[in-house]
Amino acid sequence: MRRWLRDLLKELRYYPSALLGGSIILIMLGLSILVPIRIPYSEAVRLWRGGEEVWYRLPRQVPPAWVNWFRRERLADTLIFSTRDQPSLKRSQPAGEGRRIETEFIFDYPYDTFPQELALYIWAQFQEKAPFVTATWKTPDGRSLRIMELRAEGMKQGFRFAQDRRLLQRLGGVPPEEALFAVPDTSPPQVRKGTYRLRVEAVTFEPDSDVDVEFIAYGQVYGWAGTDRYRRDLGVALLWGFPVAMAFGLLGSVGTTLIAMWLAAVGVWFRGWVDELIQRLVEIFSIIPFLPVLILVGTLYSRSLVVILGISILLSVFSITIKNYRAIFLQIRELPYIEAAQAYGAGSWRIILRYLLPRVLPLVIPNLVIGVPSFVFLEASLAVLGLGDPVLPTWGKVLDEAIFSGSLLQGSYYWVLEPALLLMVAGLSFSTVGFALDRVFNPRLREI
Amino acid sequence: MTSSKALLQISNLTLHFRTRAGIVRAVDGVDLEVGENEGLVILGESGCGKSSLGRAILRLLPRNVAAYHGSILLDGLDLMRLDDESFRREVRWKLISLVPQAAMNAFNPVLRVGDQIVEPALSQLGMSRAEAMERARILFRLVGIPEAFLQRYAFELSGGMRQRAAIAMALITSPRLILLDEPTSALDVLTQANIFNKLKQIKWELRVSFILITHDIAVSSELADRVAVMYAGQIVELSDAQRFFRKPLHPYSEGLLASVPRLRHRGELTFIPGRPPGLIQFPPGCRFADRCPLRFEKCAQDPPVIHREGRMVRCWLYE
Repeated sequence: MRRWLRDLLKELRYYPSALLGGSIILIMLGLSILVPIRIPYSEAVRLWRGGEEVWYRLPRQVPPAWVNWFRRERLADTLIFSTRDQPSLKRSQPAGEGRRIETEFIFDYPYDTFPQELALYIWAQFQEKAPFVTATWKTPDGRSLRIMELRAEGMKQGFRFAQDRRLLQRLGGVPPEEALFAVPDTSPPQVRKGTYRLRVEAVTFEPDSDVDVEFIAYGQVYGWAGTDRYRRDLGVALLWGFPVAMAFGLLGSVGTTLIAMWLAAVGVWFRGWVDELIQRLVEIFSIIPFLPVLILVGTLYSRSLVVILGISILLSVFSITIKNYRAIFLQIRELPYIEAAQAYGAGSWRIILRYLLPRVLPLVIPNLVIGVPSFVFLEASLAVLGLGDPVLPTWGKVLDEAIFSGSLLQGSYYWVLEPALLLMVAGLSFSTVGFALDRVFNPRLREI
Repeated sequence: MTSSKALLQISNLTLHFRTRAGIVRAVDGVDLEVGENEGLVILGESGCGKSSLGRAILRLLPRNVAAYHGSILLDGLDLMRLDDESFRREVRWKLISLVPQAAMNAFNPVLRVGDQIVEPALSQLGMSRAEAMERARILFRLVGIPEAFLQRYAFELSGGMRQRAAIAMALITSPRLILLDEPTSALDVLTQANIFNKLKQIKWELRVSFILITHDIAVSSELADRVAVMYAGQIVELSDAQRFFRKPLHPYSEGLLASVPRLRHRGELTFIPGRPPGLIQFPPGCRFADRCPLRFEKCAQDPPVIHREGRMVRCWLYE
């Protein structure tokens, strides 16, 4: 086995595309193992389906951060400051029955564009008398502006700058994310780079009352994959797409091929009604339409990835490939070494497993590898058709949502291109390796 | 039958095939005996049914069998009474093993020779792999192949080596009887001689019995204790080797022996005119009659089986 593998690798050296494809496959497999370890399933589902509570810190539908490498203007990044993450930002002193809590967020703004949105979140703890919170904005050139004054309400309170009518009035109708960062009286408004300060003062009226604040300047880019319209990090879905795609592709391809091969061998060996049954099943299954059945199952029963994978394998196993394998096995069955094996008393299963199947394995391995992308694509196609797993984040789900939210019309090309590119790379790498294996295992093809 | 007691007793063994042209009577009522540690040679032309006889003994039947009956007693065990599954488990390779006709092709091309050879020991005797491999090593030494070849694939071996490997495989389970079906037909004369020497040595050392099916009279004399001559699905002569080669009884045997070139005999090689009958339709009477130089009126009736001085012959001449 070891020698066999070494010879195989030696031969593959002559196919650089296969080496590239192989390394990509290895990377993808590595990611498929690493991702579920770093982001466990429950965490992935939480990040993907958690709702506003989980996603509120992320900007809405922005491209990945690396688009800045290709632009002259630097798009704003997302800035997050929170006293919950950094309690040291809070300074408090007693005042009356309660305390006076001061927080100053000081940050550099070196970007060429305005942020997407500004928001302040307030967590207040109190019994009866609600704390009073005010916020003041200071620009690098020393201007100062009262942003907000409010009485804290409940547990978490969001203050979106752009939705506050008083602030808008104060800014003369200019959206705050522009007005606060602009050089005054420029049109179109220009960003003033420099150090900004946001000072938040909270006055509490009870001894144990406390206030935490969080300021988020939502940027125009986020992370390595961008976000979708629900502010979800696409990176989570794209990363979790690796294990899902690999599992679906490999299980689908290996399962289908091996089971089909095995069934063909069993039919050929036992002949009679076994063979007849398998052949008739193939004929019946070959007229059963693939997608409608999956849509039926997805609609009426379950859209879980496992169920869909199982049905796909079942439908593809009894495909015409069984007939191809059967044709090969019919030839092999008559070879002298099969009779010799019978002569020594090998049982039927021993002959099938040790004599029939290994003989076609070289023919099958390339097909097995080439077959992986079609199952990876199948998962994506099903997701786009609305049959994606309802829970798992996958490449297909990302594509599906991109299409249904009209991302292309809104110019969010990254949303479609990223999963599409990953699908393409996955397909290409398996294909290059498969074609090279085909040439190694079937030397006659080399002349063509 | 010489001094040794019978290991294998076959009586009235019949194997007919169904074909489009009609029923092929490949084995048509054969009676045979093989003693302990005895070498029986079954001689015959191509198409006389001698390979079918081998298959009938090992129950390696094609699907178009029309008739398969008779009795085969091996060491007292009635093989015909066994169902297929117990025949497979109890007889194949445990009692009788086979060196197939085309040993060249008898090896699985995707298994190493060693793995292939130990297969019967694993599946039939339930030996452990290590044990079986050890035995394979001993047998390779016995048949004269370097042990390193256990790690090779069959196509990396020469024809002679493959044949010897097939013999090693036949011996791996220490069977009582080995059936050699034209084991050397595709080999050169030197290799043939070598292999027959090995077989003689094996017969001597391991005390197994052989049935050698061949058309090659010259090599058959090497291993033969007794000779059976088969013609058109029947045994026409059964005799001990010594007397057979000195003076065969049946005219067909005479013809066969006369067609072998000999060193001390000068003159033309004789051959038997005509062709053996197809196994579908036999002329009435002696099946050899129309090719027989000694034919006379009685030959139009079925010849009697004559036993004389421990020899058997199926011919009117000896009535």
